[in-house]
Formats: sequence, structure tokens, C-alpha cells
Amino acid sequence: MSVTVEGLTKKFAPGGRPAVHQATFTAPSGAITTLLGPSGSGKTTVLRMIAGLEAADAGTVRLGALDCTRLPVRERGVGVVFQGYALFKHLSVRRNIAFGLEVRRRPKAEIDRRVEELLALVQLEALGDRLPDQLSGGQQQRVAFARALAIEPRVLLLDEPFGALDSRVRVELRTWLAELHRKTHLTTILVTHDQDEALELSQQVVVMNEGRIEQIGSPDEIYDRPATAFVAAFIGNANVLRGTVKEGQAALGAHALGALGSAPEGSAVQAFVRPDEVKLARADPDAPAMSLGLVEALTRIGGFVKVGLRLPSGERLTVELGKAEFEALSVSQGDRVLVDLGGAKIFVEDYSI
Amino acid sequence: MSATGSDAIREPALVRYSAIAVAIAFLGLSVVVPLASVLVQAFGQGAGRFLAALREPETWAAIRLTLLTAAISVPLNTAFGVAAAWLIARYDFRGKGVLTTLIDLPFSISPVIAGLIFVLLFGRQGLFGPLLEAHDVQIIFAVPGIVLATTFVTLPFVAREVLPLMQSQGSNEEEAALTLGASGWQVFFRVTLPKIRFGLVTGVILCNARAMGEFGAVSVVSGHVRGLTNTMPLQVEILYNEYNLVGAFSVASLLTLLAMVTLVAKKLLERSKAVRR
Amino acid sequence: MSALPFTRRAGVLPGYGLSLGITLFTVCLMVLLPLTALIVKASGVDWSDFSTSITGPRARAAFALSVGASLAAALVNGVFGTLVAWVLVRYRFFGRRVLDALVDLPFALPTAVAGIALATVYGQDGWLGSLLEPHGISVAYTRLGVTVALVFVGLPFVVRTVEPVLHELDPKVEEAAATLGASRVATFFRVIFPTFAPALLTGVSLAFARGLGEYGSIIFISGNMPLRTEIVPLLIVTKLEQYDYAGATAVAVVMLAVSFALLLLVNLFQARVRRARGLR
Repeated sequence: MSVTVEGLTKKFAPGGRPAVHQATFTAPSGAITTLLGPSGSGKTTVLRMIAGLEAADAGTVRLGALDCTRLPVRERGVGVVFQGYALFKHLSVRRNIAFGLEVRRRPKAEIDRRVEELLALVQLEALGDRLPDQLSGGQQQRVAFARALAIEPRVLLLDEPFGALDSRVRVELRTWLAELHRKTHLTTILVTHDQDEALELSQQVVVMNEGRIEQIGSPDEIYDRPATAFVAAFIGNANVLRGTVKEGQAALGAHALGALGSAPEGSAVQAFVRPDEVKLARADPDAPAMSLGLVEALTRIGGFVKVGLRLPSGERLTVELGKAEFEALSVSQGDRVLVDLGGAKIFVEDYSI
Repeated sequence: MSATGSDAIREPALVRYSAIAVAIAFLGLSVVVPLASVLVQAFGQGAGRFLAALREPETWAAIRLTLLTAAISVPLNTAFGVAAAWLIARYDFRGKGVLTTLIDLPFSISPVIAGLIFVLLFGRQGLFGPLLEAHDVQIIFAVPGIVLATTFVTLPFVAREVLPLMQSQGSNEEEAALTLGASGWQVFFRVTLPKIRFGLVTGVILCNARAMGEFGAVSVVSGHVRGLTNTMPLQVEILYNEYNLVGAFSVASLLTLLAMVTLVAKKLLERSKAVRR
Repeated sequence: MSALPFTRRAGVLPGYGLSLGITLFTVCLMVLLPLTALIVKASGVDWSDFSTSITGPRARAAFALSVGASLAAALVNGVFGTLVAWVLVRYRFFGRRVLDALVDLPFALPTAVAGIALATVYGQDGWLGSLLEPHGISVAYTRLGVTVALVFVGLPFVVRTVEPVLHELDPKVEEAAATLGASRVATFFRVIFPTFAPALLTGVSLAFARGLGEYGSIIFISGNMPLRTEIVPLLIVTKLEQYDYAGATAVAVVMLAVSFALLLLVNLFQARVRRARGLR
């Protein structure tokens, strides 16, 4: 079942900046859609409005064809995995999972059967009688999934489901979630600030910033063709270089990049280039100093090397090279190298190509 | 003995022992000695005298009135305390600060003034005095006044224990229950009540101890009608002033027992709360 | 929509109406209405009667005693309460749990029981009275007795306010002071004391406020002699027993004003400390 939100708006403080402003998107049926953004971007608020945990000031929420903007939470039939899980600490794992069925007064035999199925699904058969506090973070997280799935929800809403876990468990659970989704094919909306999570898990990504939607697209589109300066900067930890429009190109120090067409001469320009998109080459000792970067720092991090460059404009640039690539280049601190910024995404202020 | 913290920041043994000795001596003199004297005075002339003192009809009436008062005040304040804590912890609304202050107010008012305000309200010269007299209803110098004054004095106890607990726990679990389809009352009985149970029981116990032990406020509104409007603490005063020391201390020892049971229960609850966490 | 009082920001948790209804009903009936009665009565009192009630020699002596004894007791508790809190938080020794439980006893023990117990213990033939009298120190029926009773009553306020702050104190801060060359004494006064000083002030103020209003534990040991050992709450009771409702109300209003002013000051001070330390 698809989820459609239209013009969703929410203000917490009267007169203040809206937490969410005019959010509109559709989460396609059977797919994972990720709401991605930094903290305070309004992504959790959108999720809570879809769940019915916050009332929207304006806009609509539809589950399939059903307008449920005014429907109380308990009648929406959405499965929510909360940030920090919100497990019932006084109830065993089994009773946590059974909760939604118990309050619906389903027959005992049916509840028991369903709980066992779910325990098997999340691979916690042996831990059914434990209390949540006796489980590891990853296990608690799976209980939260099982509890949400028990009510056979129309959609699954995940609020930073891996947020509280350490990085190794996060990666494991990502794979687990992808598998779970292949089995259930539930329409899923995932809120996260972690771009790796978004790019790996989802079929569609909605990037949010300061309450507004910046871009909607597939993970590849988001990565390869950022629609706004914010997305370009946010995805892939890009370097930011500033310059101006000169003769239809972006002038960044000695570099002239892109074809900016009709952009007005002299407008401010921002260029975003990811550390792995910069190409370096050994410089001819006689080359003019203007197009070179000075190697200020070299840091080996496992299989790759982080190169800290200072451009003639004074701006700093971080470049990542594979170990082999670095060895082929063979530079050391204080050397000058040729810098190719060809992969940069360019945004003219208030104007984009 | 030992001290917490690393070796570098530990005081010399002499300092530690002296500090502990002074603390014990201070608490011994100011708390243990009076406490012991109650028990010695009550039982000093034998358990027979103690039991006989409690069997006096007026004392027995005082015990019954105290139980009745607590049986009315404590449930009322429990319901109020939970409702008020829920309201203040869960919702934002204008006037919340004022409301919180008003709920705490009975804590910062002298018990004597607590009694006085009810005399000014329902006494013969009070605001509603003429009205009550016309309908032949007596509140002051009667049981209803005692119940009212006691309820006023103990009003904040349950709210005070439950509110911080609700605030620190947040409402995530309640929200989860709602998304799973629980109704309002189901959320309350299946999620909220189990979450707050230790704090709630602590609040009820403290509320009960104060309700049974309140003296100043009740003294002002009771009128000291023997066998009718005397609670246990008032009976203690009367017997003491009549130099019936065995009688006074026998009733007092019952109240002391109540206080000690209250404290032990509170400590046990705090410990199980800590273990739970 | 938030222009009206008691309008809330829209949320989904149920029970707003019910809990608001119960709370407002109870607070109006049990707190606001009785306080209104007090204010109505006080505003009906003739001004000259009002001032005679509170400036007569008997009232002045009572106020002086109540304020003086409460202050003295609060200060004693400030010193010993801090010590007890420190010992309870920092040291592990046999009987610590019992000591911890005893601190709360004055909270739980009915004041009338405390009153007759103190009066008996400090009476001429009492366990402590008989030891002190030969040295010319009489406690029962003196102002000292009032103070002793107030020390008993106020102790838990100081201990239970200071204790959590000492508990939260990060030992690493003290270790840092030690690595920087501070002695233990210097660390206490330069690092530890400033941390819990605001809590100590709050505790002492709470003990003081409680002392002003205390009745049951004092009246047995004080002897209740007008001009000498009569406290303000007793003055109110006495006036009520003489059906002098106006006088009782006048004294009560002044006493309320004093304790509220005190609590307000403490709250303002704490808000300032919190702001100065960048909390909230």
C-alpha cells in the first residue's frame, strides 16, 4: 500500500519556523523510502505525522486511497519502530510482541501462534521470556520490529531504527532489514541521518533540510545528480569551493569549470567535489603555480590515503586516493600537484543548471 | 569502612572516621534518642499497661477516626496525583507553571494556616458559615473538616512522586502502545501504571503517613470533641496534657511504628526501583 | 489557539480533558477556594486592627522567636546536614543504611509524637535534660528548646537537597584538581563547595520555611509562654480559640507573605545560578 503526503506542514511554536513546510511525496507500494536529512530537518516529524503521533497543521496523509489525516493513531494500522525502540520494559519479549493482538482481544491460541512465528522471523526464539533490559541493543531492535509487524500493519515506519547501535551491528542489521523487506514486501518509510543507510537500503530517497524537501529520487539520482547545493554538499561529504561566473564558466581560482549558459556574469558560484572525485597528477616543475595544489598533509587510513591540499586561492581541498593510486602518484608533503576538478557539481547562487 | 572514589581524592582515615562519628552522634542525639524514648515510655511499664491504654474507648475512637480519614483522603489524593502528573508531564499548555505552584502550595503553608483557611471558609463566621448553618450542616469541629484539612495538607504527595518519574520516562512507550492499537485506558493500565508503580506506591505510602500523622491543621478544625473529633495525634496531645504519659506514648508508639514501616517500605521501593533500572 | 489558558499544543496522547478536569476541579476546590477565603477575610479586616494584631508586643515577640529560632536551626542543619550528606554519599561503613533511613524519620514521624518525645527527653528528668540541667543549660520551656525541635524537623530538608548534588559530582573533577596540585582541603573549598552551595542554600531555605510554619513538634517543648516562648503558629491558634478570627487572619497573612517571599527569592536565585552556569 502506497503512502502519499501532500502539503504536510507543522509548526511547534506559534510564530516560529515550521518544523515541516509543505512536504509532498509518495512512498511507492512495497518499496523502502528513506527520509534523509541532518538532525532538525523535520524528517522525524513527517514520520510522526504519517503515524498519527502528531497532528498536521495543514496537508493530508493518505494510505493507499484512504485519507487518514484525521484518523486516530490506533486506527491507522501503521507499524512503528521507534528511536530507542520504546519497548515495554515491564513485559517479556513475548508479551511485547503480543501487545497489539492482546489489546485487539484476539483469541489466545491465535496470539500464541503469531508470536512464535514472529519470534522465528526475527530469530529470537530462545529469548521470548526475557525482559527487554536483558537483551542487547540489536536484539531489542529486532523485538521492536516483531512487535510492529505483529499487528499486520499496512505500512512500516522506522524512526532511526539503528541510531543507538554501534557501527558493526548497524551494518549487520542493515543487511538483515533488507532481507526482512524481501520477505514481507511491506511499504516502508525509514528515517535516518546516515546516508550510507539511505543509499544502501532504499528504492527512493527523500532528502530534507530545515523542514523542506530538497530532492526526491532514487539513491543513484541523489548521488549522481544532486538537485540543490544542499544535497550536493550533504551526500558524499563533498568539498565546497567558492567562485564567480566568468565568461559562462565557473571561475574557481585558476580552474574554470562547466558550461553555465546564461548565468549572469559575476554571480557567486559554489562547486561541490567529493574527495574520491578529484584527480591528481604529478606536476611539471615548470608549470604555472596557479593551477597547482600544495600537499599540506598526508594521512594513511587503511586501504586509502587522505591528501590535504591547499589551492592557490587559499581554499583547502580533501582528496582520497586508493593506496595503489597514491603509490603511482608518489608525492610527499610540500610537493605541488595538478588538480583536476572535472567531477565537480556547480551551483550558481539562486540559479542552477 | 571504605570510601568511594580513587586513592588520590580520599581523605585521611582520621578525617573520615571523625566525620562518620560526628554524623552518627548528631543523628543519634537528634533523632534516635527521641525515637527510643517514645518506645521506652510506652512499654516501660509493661505490655499490659500499653494494651490497656489502647483499649480506652476514647483512644479507640481516635484510632478509628484516623483510619477513616486516611481511607478517604489517600484514595482521593492518589487519583488527583496521577491525573495532575499525567496532565503536567504529557501536555504543554498555558498556565502550567501556575498550576504546578498551586499543587505544591500545601507543602509550603503552615499546617496551622491550612486549618485556618477551612475555618474561614466553613466556620460559623466563615464565608459559607451562614449557608451551612441554615441547612444544619457542620463541617468545622466535625469529621468533614478533619477530612478536608487532611486532604489539603496531603494533596501534593502522590503528584510529587509520580510527576518527576513520568517526566523522566517520557511518553515513547505510550505512543508505541497507541500505534499498536491500544485505547486510552488500555494505555494507562497496561503501560503507564506499570511504569510508574514504584513511584505511585511510594507516594501513596508517604501520603498515608502524613494523613494519619497530621496534627496542626487537624487540631485547628477539630474542636477536640472527645471520642468524636479526635484523631490519634490529637489524642496524644490530650493524654499528654493530662499527664497520662503511658496513654500518650502508647498512642504515639503506634504512630512511630507507622512512621518506621513507612520508611522501611520507602527504602525497599527505592531499592527495587534502582534494581529495575 | 494558545491565547487561552489551558489550550494545549495538539498531541495524540489521550486523557487531556479528563486529567485537566480532575486537576482543575481539585485545585479550585481544595486550594484556590480556601485561599480566597483567607484573602477575603484579610481584606475585610480593619487596617488599624490589622496592624495592632501584628505589631503588638506579643506578636512581635512571636515573630522574632519564630524567625530567630528557624534561622538558627536552619544554620545548624546547614552545617551538620552537609556533613551527614557527605558521609552518606562518600563513605561506606557499617550502619550506613540505618543512618540513611534515620534521616527521613522527621519527615515521617507525626509532629505531635516528635513534640512529646523531645519534651520528655529534654525535660528536667529526661535522658538529656537531666544531663544538661546541672550545667545550667535548660532546653525545655526555653527558646533553645524551640530551636532544638526545629533542628529535628529541618534536618531532612538539608540532607536530601545536598545529597543528590554530591552524588552527581564527578570524581574526575576532584582528581583533576589533585593533579593540578590542590590539597584535599583546597579542593573541597574551591571545587566541591561551589558546586553544591546553591543546593545547600535551597536546603537551608526550605528548612527555614518549614521552621516558620512548624507547630506540633514545638508546642510541647516550648511551654508556650507569651512574649517568651510563643511561636507564630501558636499565636494564630490562640487567637482562633478566642474567636479573634480577624487577628488570626492578619498574623497568618503576614506569615504567608514572609515564607512566600523567601521561596520566591530562592527560586530567583536558583534561576540565576542556572543561567550563569549555562544550564537551560
